[in-house]
Amino acid sequence: MKPPPFEYVRASTLKEAISTLSHNEDARILAGGQSLMAMMNLRYIFPSILVDINELHELAGISVSPERVRIGAMTRQRAIETSQTLAEVAPIFAEAVHLVGHRQTRNRGTIGGSLCHLDPAAELPTLALLYDCTIEATGPNGPRRIAVADFITGYMTPGIAPDEIVTAVEFGPWKPGHGYGFHEFARRHGDFAIASAAVLIERAADRTIERVAICMGGVGSVPQRHVSGEAALIGTKGDVAAVALAVERCAQLDYVADFHGGEEYRLSVARTMLRRSLADALDETRSGKAAA
Amino acid sequence: MAENGTRASGRNHAKSVGQRVTRIEDGPLLTGHGEFLDDIVLPDLLHCAFVRSPLAHARVDSIDLEAARALPGVHAVLTLEDLMPKLRSGRMPLGASPVGGQNKSTPFVLSGKEVAYVGEPMVLVVAGSRYIAEDAAALVNIAFSSLPVVSDARKALAAGAPVCRTELDSNLMSNFQVGYGDVDEAFASAAHVFEDELWQHRGCGHSMEGRGVVAEVRPGGELCIWSSTQMPHDVYYMLAGMLRIEQEKLRVITPDVGGGFGPKYCFYPEEAALPAAALLLRRNLKWVEDRRETFISSIQERDQYWSMQIAVDAEGTLLGLRGSMIHDQGAYAPKPINLPYNSVTAVTGPYILPAYRMDVDVVHTNKVPVSSVRGAGYPQAAFTMERMLDLVAVKLGIDRADIRRRNLIPADKMPYTKKLQARSGASLVYDSGDYPAAQAQVIAAAGWPDFPERQKKALEEGRYIGIGLANAVKGTGRGPFESGAVRISQDGKVSIFTGATAMGQGIATALAQICADELEIGPEGISVTAGDTARTEIGLGGFASRQMVTAGSSVKLAAKAVAEKAIKAASKILSVPESDLELDDGYVRKKTGNQSISLGELARVLRGAPGYAFPEGLEPGLEATIRWRTDALSYANACHVAEVEVDPDLGQVTITRYVALNDSGRMINPMIVEGQVQGGIVHGIGNALYEFMGYDDEAQPLTTTFQEYLMVTATEVPNLETIYCETLAPGNPIGAKGVGETGTIPAAAAIISAVENALAPFGVRISQTPVSPETLFKLINTARQASQPHSDSQS
Amino acid sequence: MQEITLLVNNRPYSGTVEARTTLADFLRHSLGLKGTHLGCEHGVCGACTVIVDGASVRGCLMLAVQAEGAIVETVEGLAAEDGTLHLLQEAFSREHGLQCGFCTPGMLMTLIELLRETPSPTEMEVREAISGNLCRCTGYQSIVRAVLSVTGRPGGAPGDL
Repeated sequence: MKPPPFEYVRASTLKEAISTLSHNEDARILAGGQSLMAMMNLRYIFPSILVDINELHELAGISVSPERVRIGAMTRQRAIETSQTLAEVAPIFAEAVHLVGHRQTRNRGTIGGSLCHLDPAAELPTLALLYDCTIEATGPNGPRRIAVADFITGYMTPGIAPDEIVTAVEFGPWKPGHGYGFHEFARRHGDFAIASAAVLIERAADRTIERVAICMGGVGSVPQRHVSGEAALIGTKGDVAAVALAVERCAQLDYVADFHGGEEYRLSVARTMLRRSLADALDETRSGKAAA
Repeated sequence: MAENGTRASGRNHAKSVGQRVTRIEDGPLLTGHGEFLDDIVLPDLLHCAFVRSPLAHARVDSIDLEAARALPGVHAVLTLEDLMPKLRSGRMPLGASPVGGQNKSTPFVLSGKEVAYVGEPMVLVVAGSRYIAEDAAALVNIAFSSLPVVSDARKALAAGAPVCRTELDSNLMSNFQVGYGDVDEAFASAAHVFEDELWQHRGCGHSMEGRGVVAEVRPGGELCIWSSTQMPHDVYYMLAGMLRIEQEKLRVITPDVGGGFGPKYCFYPEEAALPAAALLLRRNLKWVEDRRETFISSIQERDQYWSMQIAVDAEGTLLGLRGSMIHDQGAYAPKPINLPYNSVTAVTGPYILPAYRMDVDVVHTNKVPVSSVRGAGYPQAAFTMERMLDLVAVKLGIDRADIRRRNLIPADKMPYTKKLQARSGASLVYDSGDYPAAQAQVIAAAGWPDFPERQKKALEEGRYIGIGLANAVKGTGRGPFESGAVRISQDGKVSIFTGATAMGQGIATALAQICADELEIGPEGISVTAGDTARTEIGLGGFASRQMVTAGSSVKLAAKAVAEKAIKAASKILSVPESDLELDDGYVRKKTGNQSISLGELARVLRGAPGYAFPEGLEPGLEATIRWRTDALSYANACHVAEVEVDPDLGQVTITRYVALNDSGRMINPMIVEGQVQGGIVHGIGNALYEFMGYDDEAQPLTTTFQEYLMVTATEVPNLETIYCETLAPGNPIGAKGVGETGTIPAAAAIISAVENALAPFGVRISQTPVSPETLFKLINTARQASQPHSDSQS
Repeated sequence: MQEITLLVNNRPYSGTVEARTTLADFLRHSLGLKGTHLGCEHGVCGACTVIVDGASVRGCLMLAVQAEGAIVETVEGLAAEDGTLHLLQEAFSREHGLQCGFCTPGMLMTLIELLRETPSPTEMEVREAISGNLCRCTGYQSIVRAVLSVTGRPGGAPGDL
């Protein structure tokens, strides 16, 4: 299980990286390498050139302003998990990213790499869709901004050109004290989820839910917004009936059966995860703490 | 101490046996200085990779090696034909058999005409690095014609089923019956008869280090083989029969072995191909099994399908058990039918069963060959018996501990002769053990009597908790012997040489402890050489929880002989009567007074010097070799209680408590015993809930990475509470019984019993292992629909 | 071939390496630091765990060329020059936290990182930390016990780690 031969380019500028991608077929970007290297060791893929972007330090880092959170594509999952500034405005990240793989893989794995790998059960694509993130991809003609819904084009298929590099992920933070919940069921700690549910909730002063986002990972070929579940909650106070309806409507999502579970099973797991995530998101003592 | 009561001085070295002695193996392993197979470096070493079949069954039309041979850095690309000048047979011999020889079930060294499972080795590539060897392997172009595939063992004997290899007339490798008593009468007169169909699957061994072979061609035509094997002597004997080389020119050594767990018990095609290629090319070669190769070429313990009926009287006393079993053997059989035979002869376990009959079909499929994984058929036996007992208990409303208590062999019936025979024809005689007391102790420790109350409370909170138990016995210490030699050199250093194989169990420390006590020294400085055919002429190796009993007994007797010889020699040299002398920390001393002589000095005298006097009446050398013989087994026993919580919406099982009692007789090192038991239990947890080697209908393997094949990690297991008893084995000089497998054997049965108990409100019956969350979810749903057609109301 | 220079266990190394050589293979075969083991080569078993620039990584999922200029720590660097075992190594032996020893180097390096950050971890934190390291022998309990036996010990952490 040794990787096949390839050429290696350690890019020292973004421009150099893009240019190398433009001029070579079958070139691949080496970011954290936590999926790519395994696939190469297994000889599932045979890139001609690996463009290592680990030296592009300008692509790493988290910046937070009242309107915008920007996470550089080369930000390590571990940095996202432990970022205090991110935890203050988007505490769901720490909770979800803690469940990504294991410590050793989070130390190397990046948010950009995870988004481009686009495993439907992975936590970061699920969060990206939850937050309606904007993906910034840079190609020969400079950067362009892609709505995450357009970025996710199909099973493990990101909507970028072969000579584009994802350079950052941006989203608007929800208001301080928002409710959040993230639960997933995996066979073992660190495994890909059979189903995951990510929830964000904003309430008005009278506790009415004004804004809600639900994103389900693992169940289908791509992460999915649970639109009808969101509709069930909006304008309610998150009462038992509204929650039950949102959970019930998990049946409207797309399901894909695989080795770890059929459709009926994934639906049951999805419902349980959503129930748990909603319970967390509606727990005002918890969101209060996040605001503090 | 008290044990030394017969000796007056009391200055003897503190006893080591029975103490938690820190292992002598640890130092190098902790600092990165162990020497595992891939750590062996030789001059001009070349690296090998195998081209393996991508199809489960196919005829080979052509093999094109040209592109592979042309790749820079490639030294050779070899088929079986190329190797034949160095081989006596292209077919592997039958392992662990006095007969040996080839038959229509043994694998090929390399397959070139027909392939019968995905992973079957076909071509050997030799290159300057493993990287290049894999590049070249990908360039070997083979044209196949697909042949019909046998994937499901249950369909292998159906009329019109394809055969898994065209040389066979049928997929039936063996059919045999075991049993005793008047089974039909037992069933006819029984108050109750229950039946069930069980499926059991145990997956792979997965030692963290895979297999591997290094072959060194030495001057003078000698061939030295290192193999990560449990059986260096077996490899030695087999290779001597396979290669065109004199036995005396061959040497087999095991380096540090990164775990065995059964798969390294077999002699494999790669272990024949590499030495043959080394002889052919006159080059030093290395092959290291990678993890994908483990999945598709190391033996597995896969599927057994049991169809069982049990007969009991009104009180739940066992009257009879009968049934049939289909054993998936895979494409070949590197060993005889030991595994299914173990399974069906171990079913009766610690219980009194008046009548028993099993009919067994061992069938070939187009999958990886099957042989032993830790437990070797015993876990399936325990699962079968314990599941059937639970079935009776649930149906008759008898407490599961009670029904077992009623049927366990009482201590006063020991030794107890089972009416079954081992394959050798010898009776199965349980030498010792107190099974009812063991069970009583465990269920008290686990709070079994109070559990129904706790369960009721939990259910009121909507939580499904359950408790389960299982008993097991394991015949350990299989003979006929293991070599143990003890030698003292002139610097006073004590060395042990044994045919036992060290593969992580701490055998070196345990043997050193036994030896140390006989010689009245500490175990720290004793060196142990295990698994080198040039240092130990004959031996067997590591399997069947045998080495502590067999090698331990030999080493004890050898050390004792050395001790006696030292006293005798010292008596002559010092002119002191033997009865006035004693061993003490490397010296023979006069019990009163200051006269003494070191063991090193005695060794120097006993090695002899030309022209000088040799102590009268003594044999040269301060050493002894013993090959303690045994045909009997020492029976270890275990009783496990598991407590679980099940989430019915997820099918998720959480093991919340685990209490296990183990009785492996005398514990030479309780710390090592504990490690064996804990590791064994966690292997059993894997078998119960996680480990599954999947194949599709075309016998393509589905789980060939550790992301798909789930090994238990640290977060899935609770703290295990273990209890130890020491019912000494009467049949061997050290009183020990084996411990390597007793932790695993009852574990899956106890866990599944607990899961079923947790789901009692749904009336779920679980007849399989492993059980995945989805399987459990489906079982619950089916039971829900059957019992509550209106809605899924929570109780 | 690529030129690389790096610091391994405080010793500088430089040389050339083929781009596709994994860090684990480079350590093992080019530098002869064979304590770093390969158990799966697809990033799951953790046997190849080493510390690069202070963070634990899978040695099989990183190329040697990527360690250019890096500070690498492997199991060989844990014990003192005079052979005195590190506290954690000593605890592994005392608590029987190893049997065959194949997973041990990866376990140790993973735990070193944990103890540097969290000198007194809870049992659950220890179990989570090693959940990416497979061991077939021990059942993990003795490893957890070994770690807990050195936590919070004066002088034991984090200075010594």
